[in-house]
Amino acid sequence: MFSSSLAQFFFFSSLIALIIGALGSLWLRKNDHAANLWGNTFSMVGAITGLIASVTVLLFGATFSYSSGSSLSLLTLSFNIDKLAAFFIFIITLISLCASIYALGYVKHYYKQYSLGALGFFYNLFIAGMILVVSASNTFFFLIVWEIMSLASYFLVIFEHKEKDNIKAGSLYFIMTHIGTAFIMCAFLLLYQATGSFDFLVIKGQLGNVSPLIKNIIFILSLLGFGTKAGIIPVHIWLPKAHPASPSHVSALMSGVMIKTGVYMFIRIFIDLMPNVPLWWGIIIIIIGSISALLGVLYALTEHDIKKLLAYHSIENIGIILLGLGSSLVFLALDMKSLAMLGLVAALFHTLNHAIFKALLFLGAGSVILKMKTRNIEAYGGIIKYMPQTAFFFLIGSIAISALPPFNGFFSEWITFQTLFSGIRSLDVSVQWIFLLAAGALAFTGGLAAACFVKAFGTTFLARPRSEAVRQTKEVSLSLRIGMAILAVLTLLIGLFSGAVTAILLSVIANLNPFYHVNGVVLSNLSSVSLQDGFAAVSVPTIFISLVLAMVMIFFIVHRLTRDRTITKAATWDCGTQLGSRMEITATGFARSIITIFSGILKPTKQTGIEYHDVAMRYVPKPMSVKLEIEDVYGTYFYQPIIKVVTKISEQMKKIQSGSVNIYVLYLFISLMILLVFLVI
Amino acid sequence: MFKFYYKIFSTPKTVIDVKSLNRSDDITVIGQQLEKKVKKLFKGSLAIREVDTGSTNACEQELTALSNAYYDIERFGIHFVASPRHADMLMVTGAVSRNMREALIKTYEATPTPKLVVAVGDDAINGGIFRGSYAVLDGVASVIPVDFQIPGDPPSPKTILCYLLKMFDVFEVK
Amino acid sequence: MDTIIFWTIQLLLVPFLSPLFIGLVRKIKAKFQNRAGASVVQPYRDLWKLLHKDEVISTDASWIFKFAPYLIFAVMIIVGASIPLVTVVFSNNFLSDLLVIVYLMALSTFFLALAGIDVGSAFGGFGSSREMTVAALTEGGLIFSLLAVALAAHSTNLFKITAAISSLSLYSFAPVVLAFLAFVLALLAETARFPFDNPATHLELTMIHEAMILEYSGKRLALIEWAAASKFLIFLALGANLFFPWGIAITMGWLSIGIALGLLILKVTFISSFVAILESSIAKYRFFRLPDLLFISFILSLIAISLII
Repeated sequence: MFSSSLAQFFFFSSLIALIIGALGSLWLRKNDHAANLWGNTFSMVGAITGLIASVTVLLFGATFSYSSGSSLSLLTLSFNIDKLAAFFIFIITLISLCASIYALGYVKHYYKQYSLGALGFFYNLFIAGMILVVSASNTFFFLIVWEIMSLASYFLVIFEHKEKDNIKAGSLYFIMTHIGTAFIMCAFLLLYQATGSFDFLVIKGQLGNVSPLIKNIIFILSLLGFGTKAGIIPVHIWLPKAHPASPSHVSALMSGVMIKTGVYMFIRIFIDLMPNVPLWWGIIIIIIGSISALLGVLYALTEHDIKKLLAYHSIENIGIILLGLGSSLVFLALDMKSLAMLGLVAALFHTLNHAIFKALLFLGAGSVILKMKTRNIEAYGGIIKYMPQTAFFFLIGSIAISALPPFNGFFSEWITFQTLFSGIRSLDVSVQWIFLLAAGALAFTGGLAAACFVKAFGTTFLARPRSEAVRQTKEVSLSLRIGMAILAVLTLLIGLFSGAVTAILLSVIANLNPFYHVNGVVLSNLSSVSLQDGFAAVSVPTIFISLVLAMVMIFFIVHRLTRDRTITKAATWDCGTQLGSRMEITATGFARSIITIFSGILKPTKQTGIEYHDVAMRYVPKPMSVKLEIEDVYGTYFYQPIIKVVTKISEQMKKIQSGSVNIYVLYLFISLMILLVFLVI
Repeated sequence: MFKFYYKIFSTPKTVIDVKSLNRSDDITVIGQQLEKKVKKLFKGSLAIREVDTGSTNACEQELTALSNAYYDIERFGIHFVASPRHADMLMVTGAVSRNMREALIKTYEATPTPKLVVAVGDDAINGGIFRGSYAVLDGVASVIPVDFQIPGDPPSPKTILCYLLKMFDVFEVK
Repeated sequence: MDTIIFWTIQLLLVPFLSPLFIGLVRKIKAKFQNRAGASVVQPYRDLWKLLHKDEVISTDASWIFKFAPYLIFAVMIIVGASIPLVTVVFSNNFLSDLLVIVYLMALSTFFLALAGIDVGSAFGGFGSSREMTVAALTEGGLIFSLLAVALAAHSTNLFKITAAISSLSLYSFAPVVLAFLAFVLALLAETARFPFDNPATHLELTMIHEAMILEYSGKRLALIEWAAASKFLIFLALGANLFFPWGIAITMGWLSIGIALGLLILKVTFISSFVAILESSIAKYRFFRLPDLLFISFILSLIAISLII
């Protein structure tokens, strides 16, 4: 149909624009400004055309697929844009658009220091890679574009290569993502062996005949492989190091969008491709989701590097998305398809919301870091007076991520809660408790996230400056503010139009394999979303309008009543002392209570160092230092043992490499003999 | 637990009567008379912030006694608050020592108008027994404007209560 | 016409009655201390006086400090208008959802905490820290105790819960009582009463809620104090009407509404007397013992839920 070919045209023009942007920016690398303009403009063009393509597919159902048959059957370019892929392309291109607008002004501080041609090249390649990942329909092609995406993001992580920490972070990211890719490759090879084809559509048809054991192994391998990209605990260790290391607009993309490609593949493989999922898959995902959510937010509370804090919150939100996804899988296993749709709506809605508000927060943090030259929250303070608009946008992002009405985060958390509540009501005892405890985890996570963002926003922007550098800052330039403004407006709009977005998501889900011809349990119209059996209903526009009306009324009534009262400005009251910046609450101090309460999980350590003027006498100490950290649990208990075992095995295997050519010829001879024997038998 | 409640309910009432407070001495007014508006404003509800500018703590003990079960200042709507931002009246005790001068000024500036300042005790009025010392500034009036004085070293809670009630014409004859 | 009058009553009931119950709690505490105490209408006089005072605002404060009291009070008005007070007939469908109420009040706590940090005093900072810690841990117990009755009533709409619980048999009432105990703990935590917080303390070291408002004066202080009183009444009314909803009006007649109002005041007086007696009998707990209490609230509601489903 016309709209389908229109969508196809825009999709390919988006890819072409991104490739032109990549190559052109590399070609223009001698001229920083030209490379910046070229790279970011073409990524904007690519993003806009991609947006149009995805919106066409979503609103008009113009799904399409394309495959170029080539003589090498392993190298077919094969795309299948169904509504799910279009939804993810929508998210990718939307965030890329805002990030590119932001980048126009942001990357100016890299002029003369780092190569902007390389930045433009890898940035455009990264976005193109992500779009290709969610549209690929052939496992081999998928692995190629997955690798493109990972490599492009690796080079972006180590872009500021003069900092040693960034190189280390990049190496960790490189290793972890390739471990994940290895698991994915095994899963795909098993899929090929089970079904005889590399094409997703063919696999979908064939997977019914595959034995449950193979399916379970594929599940575990995909969970670990795509989970590494998504950042579930315990394979998350690269996330808090890699996201702070990259430039801020790239962090926004990585944290908001790239980790969602892992979620996309979860949905694709577990729901779309696999029929008859067993119950324990969904339960494992719910458990992993709850643990990731709780631990993510607890670790975020311990951080005072603002980007690491936001990275840990990404882990928490992936946990929340997995809660929705896992409950959907559980309902599918028990053949309750309408409730499964509810779970998927929750997962997909939170994917969209998290992409938007996480990108907003990262762009805001990037603006602050740009002006303050440090990521340490303890050096900030009182920035709201110097960068009022950035502060306002960051506040909107903080309210949205704490799931407070009337912004979008509230609605997706509401729907996730309703999914879990439906599970509690309609399932039998053993599974009910998993849902109940997951709902408890979600409730605590919401509260702790709000606490963490009071800390982050409060110590960064409010109170008095804690360092001289704050007084020298000014507001960031226009392009950065526009990028943030678009996202901030979107958080409010998507919250207000949550009914319409829910309707679109329901049509997206109806496009997936198990959900053809299933009636949803969610009724949504423009103003409200309700569950069909009347268990719950919510209307975010009503909340917003009532809040605004009430505030306006109260303001006017109080103003009338108190119009002749004066307001005097004076110093803050602090018992008559001279208030300095050291007397404010610090980020470390703010979170200390929670860390102490959860010290069993977080294992805080405290090292005190003390110097004496005269060591023998120890009467007159010089200043003491106190180092507060948390124990690296995953390193000590999880990765170090694995590394030890692998090293031991490698040591043993080293013995084969004797260095003498004669032994190697002997090895060749023995292996040939064994192969001949096998062929004969 | 129940022995505790029994003890509470079996203790006889000890709150002194308002009528016994009405003494005929006049209160000393420094500065202007209280405007009718301010009197009416604070008559039903008065928040007091107590400032100790280097006193012997005798006045503080008497002020603390105001909230006990005998004098019970709360029944007149008067209560003590923690922050001068919440306060209507500053009760200043102690001859103002040099170190507390700035703190007293900051407290005064932190209190929103309309506000009252009461110097409680002879120390706060003119330095009392410390008058002329190098370490004190001889009374609150040398630092911030004072509206009322309550003489005594220290004034008994009955005196303080009587002065407070007289300030706001609680004993007004209808 | 009648509907408009009823809606006005529903909207104005919480703000107008809330200082009365704060005054009642203080009066009972005074009686337990063998004093006479201020009259029960004293909070009204305090609010009136505060509205007539000028303000002093810190030079370090930003627009958040100035804006927060309006938002907090607006949230309390909206939540007060959305909970079942005298009748179940106004199914105020979209604002009366359990999660909406909890998260709206979390919004007000969020802004109050930000306002506490905004002035840059030492008190406000640690007050916000403690408040957010307690609020984060209370959410579990609060949501789950309300979830227990929601599951029993097959709806998260507060009005439907009230209607359903009032027709519940006595046999299945035990889990509702357990959920009520969990709710009472969450009530004490959220409204800053003993053993979580002392609302009458002057020692900043022991403050949680009070520490954040030390910098407010004049009309903004009046709004925040009024909002705190309204929050107390909202929680009391929720406890009274969701868990023990007998007597609530099913129809819209003046007589049934009058009876329902009287019963509401009776129930709320009963619970607030309990709070006052509790405050006169025990001491405030040390801060690091509070999470134990909040987890007890969570576990009690888990037990209640397991009995209901």
